[in-house]
Amino acid sequence: MDAIILQILNGLDKGSAYALIALGLTLIFGTLGVVNFAHGALFMIGAFCAVTLSRILTLSHTIIDETQKDFLGNPLKVDVPYIYDIFGQQTGDAIIDWAVPLSILFAIPVMIGIGFIMERGLIKHFYKRPHADQILVTFGLAIVLQEIIKYFYGANPIPTPAPDAFRGSFDFGAMLGFDPNTIIYPYWRLVYFAFAAVIIGAVFAFLQFTTFGMVVRAGMADRETVGLLGINIDKRFTIMFGIAAAVAGLAGVMYTPINSPNYHMGMDFLVLSFVVVVVGGMGSLPGAVLAGFLLGILESFASMAVVLEILPGINQIIIYLVAIIILLTRPRGLMGRRGVMEE
Amino acid sequence: MSNSKLTRRGLIKTGAVAGAAGLTLPTYLRADGHAGFTNAPTGDTVTLGFNVPQSGPYADEGADELRAYELAVEHLNGGGDGGMMNTFSSKALQGNGILGKKVEYVTGDTQTKSDAARASARSMIEKDGAVMITGGSSSGVAVAVQALCQEAGIIFMAGLTHSNDTTGKDKKANGFRHFFNSYMSGAALAPVLAANYGTDRKAYHLTADYNWGYTTEEAVRSSTEAMGWETVNAVKTPLTQTDFSSYIAPVLQSGADVLVLNHYGGNMVNSLTNAVQFGLRDKLVNDKNFEIVVPLYSRLMAKGAGANVKGIFGSTNWHWSLQDEGSKAFVQSFGTKYGFPPSQAAHTCYVQTLLYADAVERAGSFNPCAVVEALEDFEFDGMGNGKTLYRGADHQCFKDVLVVKGKENPQSEFDLLEIVEVTPVAQVTYDPDHPQFSGGNLGTCNPGA
Repeated sequence: MDAIILQILNGLDKGSAYALIALGLTLIFGTLGVVNFAHGALFMIGAFCAVTLSRILTLSHTIIDETQKDFLGNPLKVDVPYIYDIFGQQTGDAIIDWAVPLSILFAIPVMIGIGFIMERGLIKHFYKRPHADQILVTFGLAIVLQEIIKYFYGANPIPTPAPDAFRGSFDFGAMLGFDPNTIIYPYWRLVYFAFAAVIIGAVFAFLQFTTFGMVVRAGMADRETVGLLGINIDKRFTIMFGIAAAVAGLAGVMYTPINSPNYHMGMDFLVLSFVVVVVGGMGSLPGAVLAGFLLGILESFASMAVVLEILPGINQIIIYLVAIIILLTRPRGLMGRRGVMEE
Repeated sequence: MSNSKLTRRGLIKTGAVAGAAGLTLPTYLRADGHAGFTNAPTGDTVTLGFNVPQSGPYADEGADELRAYELAVEHLNGGGDGGMMNTFSSKALQGNGILGKKVEYVTGDTQTKSDAARASARSMIEKDGAVMITGGSSSGVAVAVQALCQEAGIIFMAGLTHSNDTTGKDKKANGFRHFFNSYMSGAALAPVLAANYGTDRKAYHLTADYNWGYTTEEAVRSSTEAMGWETVNAVKTPLTQTDFSSYIAPVLQSGADVLVLNHYGGNMVNSLTNAVQFGLRDKLVNDKNFEIVVPLYSRLMAKGAGANVKGIFGSTNWHWSLQDEGSKAFVQSFGTKYGFPPSQAAHTCYVQTLLYADAVERAGSFNPCAVVEALEDFEFDGMGNGKTLYRGADHQCFKDVLVVKGKENPQSEFDLLEIVEVTPVAQVTYDPDHPQFSGGNLGTCNPGA
């Protein structure tokens, strides 16, 4: 029982990341009809917003400490962050420690900006083109973005820790009456899950309860009629692209303490996120979220040692296996609508 | 079935075809210079091929290898301060190239993929006329390129490759490894682990699901079990895994009090970060502090894991903080040229280049078979690992092994590991037919051509 609870918890944070990326993908597909293979790259760029902000916060000037030597025996050059000069060491350290949560504020405008540039600069030229063209161009874009990040930040993962207050793990086992240490879960992953829930809730509320959201939903259902009513639906869809980019970016920002970001992290999530979208049903926002969590949890279960003993290698194929079964039994995915991607 | 009956007509036909093909045949099949071996240098230069990961996840390690190679070439040609050539026990190298020929080099990108690495090595041999191939950051690549060099009649001086198989079941007469291996890591680590964590421990292994992972798990398991540890479980993790939480969460339930991460590169960074996140190191299991072990440390990779490496034991081939004359000379030249200390990958690549050049000088020929003879059972010193033997039986270097620990209070971004013990070579030496290395055949050297 404790092992099952543990793997459900484990699946939640992975599912949160899948759900957030898949949500953005579905938003773009539902509004603009574009299959965006660069969406994983947006997740990665979000993560590097956190890296960039921590680098900005730790921008330093060098002082020479004659009492210490460097590896060549010369006097040691010590980097002193400018933030110490402004706020003092204690406050400066606290700000640096909270770099990841602070990056949320930094990432939102950056990601919306990148989303706008991507949509206006490149993707809008592909609206009328076949899905295969869209996939090729966005996949190419993803590789370009990834190489740009590698050029500036290198190929190695960059550690971006959570604030000290969230280090360590919470003992669910002890709380639920199991033996201590049987069900432990890192605090930051709980934060990630809660954060994902808030973002998902906010996106749904935005679409459901605002006039803007109502117009967008109407546009998703029948773009032409909404256009005929004199509403500039294109402008709203561009804004939705920016929002989808921001959702992916924020998922990336908050993911950095879970795994040190590297230039390739977007690709690692991209394929799985597409499976999530297809399983959830192309164009269905609740489907994307549901499938994200479902597949995240299933993947966790498949990684259990007992499961692997019975079915070796199942952890590597479980998601695709489930996708095949679901598509065979429900060709439109779990919550897919009729007529989407069906000519 | 082949028809070996020789006829006059057949011979003329074959000769005509071979003559025509000779114009287009790759260089390495043509025996340039009629010296009887592949890519025999004819002019006043000699070309070496540096095959390192220039793209992909190990690109930073590859970049450091390339820096070391450029430094080695500079020193061989008489430039710079000479680095380890001044401390090397053999004095055959004069700083006038190799056998009086100026050293030039070409580079290839292995991408840390076996097929890409073979393609780039093949191109350097066929198109650029490289007489020796060296480099790499993975055992899969090393084994693949080593086999190619054996077929082509080229010497392969392996870069960073730690799997037992490189000089075990996949060893080749034309291939040489200076880097240490999984067995040596296990043999060096076990006594240090016993001294620090006791002999009554329950270990849980997470192992990268590929060749290097298997040999490392086997080596660490057998060494730790021999001193009394029990292995409660060993789980294979996919090489492409990025989030290890579902593998790490069940560790505490298993009753284990030590987690061994047989992971390298990005796998190591992520699994270690996840394990520390789960608070494993703050737990008390079986009335003992829970501990984590990383059998193969790389400073470049440890950097990615940040503060999570603090206090964690592992092993390494070399570290820039060593205070022997060879290491100091190398760190001095590398640090002066590039502004930061070299990695263990850079060290092994630099040393391999010098060892090759020295072997050619001593042999008086670039002929691979002469080089093999010069390197086999060659004993040397002054290259940063103390007295070292290039064993003839398997082409593996035998030298002291470093046991290191993540430093608690690093002074700089390079100062991540501290040396806790220099394990003497006798403790990590094994028989050539040891079970962990069985199944291979060195064969005979191939001069190609």
